[in-house]
Amino acid sequence: MSIIPTEPNHHTVILAKDTPMPLDCGAMMSDISVAYNTYGKLNEDKSNAILVCHALTGDQFAASRQPLTGKDGWWSIMIGPGKVLDTDKYFIVCSNVLGGCMGTTGPKDINPETGKPYGIDFPIITIGDMVRTQALLQEYLEIPTWFSVIGGSMGGMQVLQWASAYPDKCFSAIPIATAAKHSAQNIAFHEVGRQAVMADPEWLGGKYLEQGKNPRAGLAVARMAAHVTYLSESALHRKFGRNLQDRDSLTYGFEADFQVESYLRYQGINFVDRFDANSYLYITRAMDYFDLAEDHGGSLPKAFENTSTRFCVVSFSSDWLFPTSESRDVVRALIAAAANVSFVEIETDKGHDAFLLDTPEMLQTIGGFLKSTAISRGLDA
Amino acid sequence: MENSTLSRPQDIRVDLKLIADMIAPGSRVLDVGCAEGTLLSHLVSTKDVDGRGIELSQAGVNACVSKGLSVVQGNADSDLVDYPSGGFDYAILSQTLQATHRPKDVMEQLLRVGKKAIVSFPNFAYWRCRTYLAFKGQMPMTSSLDYAWYETPNIHFCTLRDFTNLCADLNIQVEKSTIVGNDGEILSYSYDSRRANFFGAQCVFLLNSAG
Repeated sequence: MSIIPTEPNHHTVILAKDTPMPLDCGAMMSDISVAYNTYGKLNEDKSNAILVCHALTGDQFAASRQPLTGKDGWWSIMIGPGKVLDTDKYFIVCSNVLGGCMGTTGPKDINPETGKPYGIDFPIITIGDMVRTQALLQEYLEIPTWFSVIGGSMGGMQVLQWASAYPDKCFSAIPIATAAKHSAQNIAFHEVGRQAVMADPEWLGGKYLEQGKNPRAGLAVARMAAHVTYLSESALHRKFGRNLQDRDSLTYGFEADFQVESYLRYQGINFVDRFDANSYLYITRAMDYFDLAEDHGGSLPKAFENTSTRFCVVSFSSDWLFPTSESRDVVRALIAAAANVSFVEIETDKGHDAFLLDTPEMLQTIGGFLKSTAISRGLDA
Repeated sequence: MENSTLSRPQDIRVDLKLIADMIAPGSRVLDVGCAEGTLLSHLVSTKDVDGRGIELSQAGVNACVSKGLSVVQGNADSDLVDYPSGGFDYAILSQTLQATHRPKDVMEQLLRVGKKAIVSFPNFAYWRCRTYLAFKGQMPMTSSLDYAWYETPNIHFCTLRDFTNLCADLNIQVEKSTIVGNDGEILSYSYDSRRANFFGAQCVFLLNSAG
C-alpha cells in the first residue's frame, strides 16, 4: 500500500530524528515521516507561505491529482494560479496529518519495536499533536511565520490550535466551518462510525493488516453515516429527492432503489480504497478530544490572549455538523481577547461540505481578506 | 413629495464627516452597523484609527472584509455584550439606533464598550416630518426614509428631545452635538432648544458616561 507519487511537488521528510516529539497522551514519538505537497514558490524573505490544513478524510493532495483515486485535489477550487490561494503569489504547503494514511506516520506503518504494523498500538494522537508535527515541518522548511494558516472542519480545528499554540508563527488564521470543541452530537456520530469499523469481523482487533484483511464493509458504513452529516436536508433533496436509481419502479427489496442510497454506497465503497480503517479511528478520536477552552482552564478567550494574529472566521448557514453558533463562540472569544477578527456566515444550502465546493461568497470573503492581509504583510507591491 | 425632505447621499456624507471630525487620530473605534465600511475606511485612512465593525448583512461584511476592515457579522442588540468594557475609545452608532430592538440597552452597551459614544440619527420631530403627518395623515416617508410603515426596518424612531431625555435618564452626558438641516447645513441651535428639535433633520452626538 505504498504511495509513490511522481509529482515533483510531493515530498516526504523524516522529522523528530534527534529529539523525540512529545504527544499529549504522554508518549514520545521520533522519526516521524511527514508527507506534504507544495504549490507555488517561497519568496526571498519567506513571508508568503500558507499552510493548508486538511479535514478528517482529506490528504496532502490539496491541489494535485490524488494518486489512489486519480481525482483532482480536494481544494482545487481554492488553490492555483489566479485563484484565492494564488500559487503565483503564495507558497502553499499541505501535509498529511499525524495518524493519517497517505505517507505521514500513522497506525498502518511498521512499529519498529514489533516489526508489524502499529494497528491500535499506535499512540492516541490529538489535534495538538498534529499541529506540533506541522510546526516541526515549518521549522524544517525554515519558514519563520506562516502568512496564513487555513482549513475547514478538522482543518479549522488545526487552524485554531495553531493560532493558540503558536501565535507568533501565524500572521493570519482562517478557520472555516469549525469549532473550538467537538460537540456531544459530533462525538456521537464518530462513535457510530468507529463501532461500525470495529464490528466488521475483518477488523480483527485492529490487526487486519497483519492478516491481509481489511474491514471494508465497516469502514464503508462509517463513511456513509458521516457523509450524511456533511450535507444538508435541502441539499439532499435538491440533489436526489426521492428519485429512483436506474429503474422505473420500486423493487420491493433492499437494493439501492433510491438515488440517494446508490450515492451513499458509492461514497462508502470509494472511500475504503483510499483510507485506512485504523487511521479513521485515530483521527476521529483526535477530533473528539479537541477542546481548546478546556486546555485553557475552561476559558476560550484565554486561548487567544494577546494574540496579534488576524482572524477571518467563516461558517455556513446550513451546516448542522459545525453550526454557526460554534463559529460565533470562537468569534466571541476572539472579541473578548481583543483580537483582530472578521466573521461572516455564508448563506447556502450546501451544508458542511460547502467549504469544499464552489461557494462564491466564501471565495469572495477569503479572497478579500487575504488580499488586504497581504498588503499589510507587504506582499502586494 | 418624497424628495421634499431629506436627501440621503448628501446627508449621509455630512453625517459621516461630522462623526469623523469628533474622533481623535490614532484611537480605537468600533463602528456598530458599519454597512459597507465607508466610515471605517475613511477613519483608517485619514485618522489612522484601529477600526473594528459589526454589520448585519453578509454583503456588507464581505465588502468590508475585502477592504481590509475587521468586521464581524452580528447586530447591535445582541452582540455588543461580547465586547470588553472600555475596549474602544469610541463606539459609533450611525443611523442605526432607530433600527434596534432595544435602543436603551444598546445605548448603555455603547457607553460600556466605548469610553465615548458617537450616535447619529434622524430627528422624527423635524418640521417636514411633522407637517407630513399633520397634513397627509400618514406616516412620513422621505427620500432618506423611503419605507412604507409596514416594511421599514426602522422600528424605534425618536425625536431629538426623546433622545436627550433618554441620555439624561441613563446619566449620559452630551459632550458635543451637531444639528444638521435639510441640505446638510449645520445649524447653530443648542441641542436642547425647541428650534433644534423643529429644524434639525439629523443629529450627531458625542457622548460620555457622566461621573
